[in-house]
Amino acid sequence: MSATDLLEVCERVLARVGNEAEAEVTVTAGTESLTRFATSFIHQNVTDDARQVHLRVALDGRVAEATANQADDDSLARLVKSTVDAARLQPVDPGWPGLAPPAEPQAVDHWDEPTSHADPSERAARVGAFVAAAGGLETAGFCSTAGTHTAFANSAGQRASGRATVAMLDGIARTGAADGSARAASADVDDLDGATVGAEATRRARDADGAADIDPGRYEVVLSPSCVVNVLTFLALYGFNGRAVEEGRSFARLGEPQFDPVITIADDVTHPEAIGIGFDAEGTPKGRVELVRGGVTTGLVHDRRTAKANGATSTGNAVAGAGAFGALPANLVLEPGTTGADALVDGVERGLLVTDFWYTRILDPRTMVVTGLTRNGVWLVEGGRISRPVTNMRFTQSYLEALAPGAVSGVGSDLTLVSGTTFDFGAYVVPSLHLASWNFTGGAQG
Amino acid sequence: MFEYAEAAVEAALAAGARYADARVMDRRHESMSARNGEVEGLTQEASTGLGVRALIGSGWGFFSTADLTTDAARAAGAQASAIARASASVPGADLELTPVEARQDSWANAVDEDPLSVPLSEKGDLLVSATRTMREAGADVANASYNIWETTKWLVSSEGHRIDQHIVECGAAMDATANGEAETQRRSYPGIRGQFGTRGWELVRELDLPGNAPRIGEEARALLSAPECPSRDATDLIIGSEQMALQIHESVGHAVELDRILGWEAAFAGTSWLDLTQLGSLRFGSDLMNVTADATLPGALGSFGYDDEGTPAHPVDIVRDGIWVGVLSGRDSAALAGLAESGGAVRGDGYNRLPMVRMTNVGLLPGASSLDEMIAATDDGLLVDTNRSWSIDDKRLNFQFGCEIGWEIKGGKRGRMVRNPTYTGIGPRFWASLDMLGNESEWTFWGTPNCGKGQPGQIGHTGHPSVPCRFHGVRIGVRG
Repeated sequence: MSATDLLEVCERVLARVGNEAEAEVTVTAGTESLTRFATSFIHQNVTDDARQVHLRVALDGRVAEATANQADDDSLARLVKSTVDAARLQPVDPGWPGLAPPAEPQAVDHWDEPTSHADPSERAARVGAFVAAAGGLETAGFCSTAGTHTAFANSAGQRASGRATVAMLDGIARTGAADGSARAASADVDDLDGATVGAEATRRARDADGAADIDPGRYEVVLSPSCVVNVLTFLALYGFNGRAVEEGRSFARLGEPQFDPVITIADDVTHPEAIGIGFDAEGTPKGRVELVRGGVTTGLVHDRRTAKANGATSTGNAVAGAGAFGALPANLVLEPGTTGADALVDGVERGLLVTDFWYTRILDPRTMVVTGLTRNGVWLVEGGRISRPVTNMRFTQSYLEALAPGAVSGVGSDLTLVSGTTFDFGAYVVPSLHLASWNFTGGAQG
Repeated sequence: MFEYAEAAVEAALAAGARYADARVMDRRHESMSARNGEVEGLTQEASTGLGVRALIGSGWGFFSTADLTTDAARAAGAQASAIARASASVPGADLELTPVEARQDSWANAVDEDPLSVPLSEKGDLLVSATRTMREAGADVANASYNIWETTKWLVSSEGHRIDQHIVECGAAMDATANGEAETQRRSYPGIRGQFGTRGWELVRELDLPGNAPRIGEEARALLSAPECPSRDATDLIIGSEQMALQIHESVGHAVELDRILGWEAAFAGTSWLDLTQLGSLRFGSDLMNVTADATLPGALGSFGYDDEGTPAHPVDIVRDGIWVGVLSGRDSAALAGLAESGGAVRGDGYNRLPMVRMTNVGLLPGASSLDEMIAATDDGLLVDTNRSWSIDDKRLNFQFGCEIGWEIKGGKRGRMVRNPTYTGIGPRFWASLDMLGNESEWTFWGTPNCGKGQPGQIGHTGHPSVPCRFHGVRIGVRG
């Protein structure tokens, strides 16, 4: 379905609601495909021809929303009637912020036409190249392509449409004793080179082979971009989220130097490496939202509800389905430094180089203490040189303290798009980081 | 709806599949949430569509569509086979399927009170009342919500299955958060994920959210001034049944998923520390440990009549007297592992997701002790309950879990409340230290409505029969 077709569905829904209520409609349609491999063969291979119509109405502040996946007239009529009927039975919602006013969305178009209709053989070819590059090591992972059109209309006059593609290749090579990972993401499937990604995963697996335990404790760390995305995701979910601030759960204090001066973070869908569309789930245009500048917390992200509660304006960070969780940044960018990732390792006196984090969960949102494990390759670095691989470790670490003033020893220049690695949320563009201290609280054997 | 599934299967076979099955699914979901005495959200979702699965050589092809017409179904079947053919370009050994009787049947779970027919106003009043009470009792932020799912599905396979099922699930949750100077404390009821089952609104009435709201609000506030959980390398730890459900889910349920053991989830969810060559002989835990996966338990969230491959629900022994004896499996994984039959544990999250191995009701069989008897038998230990954080490695071996609340146990009596309790361990060592097991009066069928697995991501509904347990020599109080 084209953007025009989707907007036409939006208009049909709004016409059915009429003047009875405030209403907003989002229609999405597209194809999402994922080719999955394990033990070096493709074992699962799926395509979803997806479509969704989402309606939210407010009758004098009585709010209800509903989603359907059928777009024929009868289905749309049912959707409108059931949603309006449900809203009538609701109490008035004092937090209802009203609809987004008309405003031009960001002119972004992270779209590649061939990627939007890539066929299974294109994904299989990249998987085949990854497997071949492993030189006989067992491999596992996935290659995905997706192209989605989104249209939005509300009864306040806002109209917006956008489209986005995303392609990912993510996999591991396994020696039997160690795994190594590598990944690539882009709006253009042609940017995914199966042989290159497979070779990188294989190098890491071989380099991680023969790992031995190391005593838990505090170590310097060099975190790869996927680990850095993990850190930023927690800061976003529990800190920069306007809802968390409203409820007193957030660490964020505007104007205070809460981070090392080398840290600058923004949410920016206009970044050339970004993925996504130029407006949020409420039709509000996305902009560049600066959250940290030179270590000082300078901004928060808001949807319309959290903006109203905080006396702010929406930053275009409403996320479909987030509900009571609040506003979330989908396109964080951590400003890079000038040091190559390898050179970051050169600066480590005695520490660990970490490829991936795994199963990270928050213990307390205010202190941002998170526990999790390492995965897919950890190496001891001594005197600026990688000395040996070590087994996976458990950590229990405040992510806020890890980035606190004086705690960041280096920021890499290796700006990398990482998508879908933590809670399958967002596509963040980040470099590697060298941090002064990370609290490893247990070894692989407890 | 069977006709669309049949058309899809026929088209998949015509396009070269040696086996195909198709599911038409119609699902309604309703959710309402309230915060601080105000209803904040009401969401209703409806989805209908068809997913068809085709097997060629070593790989599945799956295609789903929301268009329910005969032409669209046939096109979906052909697409599934085309995708499976692409899979064969990076081949493994041919996948086989364990045999299962091709039944034609209908199944529905028992529901006393249709949850979608309960007036929205009544449901809203319940959430408003509970959150208002928690605020009055000391919470800075009080949330409550319910979820209802009504699913009808029609399965057809190329072997002759023709099964329809109607499954109603519902449940509710509430939590209270208190903010201190440096940290937040949270209490949830009945658990961090609420309580859910294959039941009607009667389940929510039994939970009595308003009746428990004062205690939850008070405990959240009291935790802010409670002493920190002590740090010890080894202590006697009593774990309440809600946290035990999480313990079972993470360190037993996922570990015995056969797709993980076979390496099919290696790059994402991970593998398992279990080795199939040790099935039937490996000691998983102490003699007290008996775990089953039983999709026939009435009212439990992981119950159904047939899994999404048409295998009838049946109990599967997972751990018997501490010995690992079974796995969670489907027809393809069971065949590859050399098992005689599928464990009937394959389900998909909606019409547009490929069915995969999921937990059913994986839980402990009860033992002989009451919680009071465990406390009385403990001279110096800790009692914890209600999950707050959870993390476990990709082999399901090394875990660290946090709970919302704990109490010191001194001289066989429950003592001071402590905050931020955590404990950590290695699966088989931890389970080997199980020395007291809750009795049948404590047996609760906890429901987990948010188990994530697979790529693209799928949310599974799983059940976990659980009792309080005591473990010996556990490390507690890990801090950041």
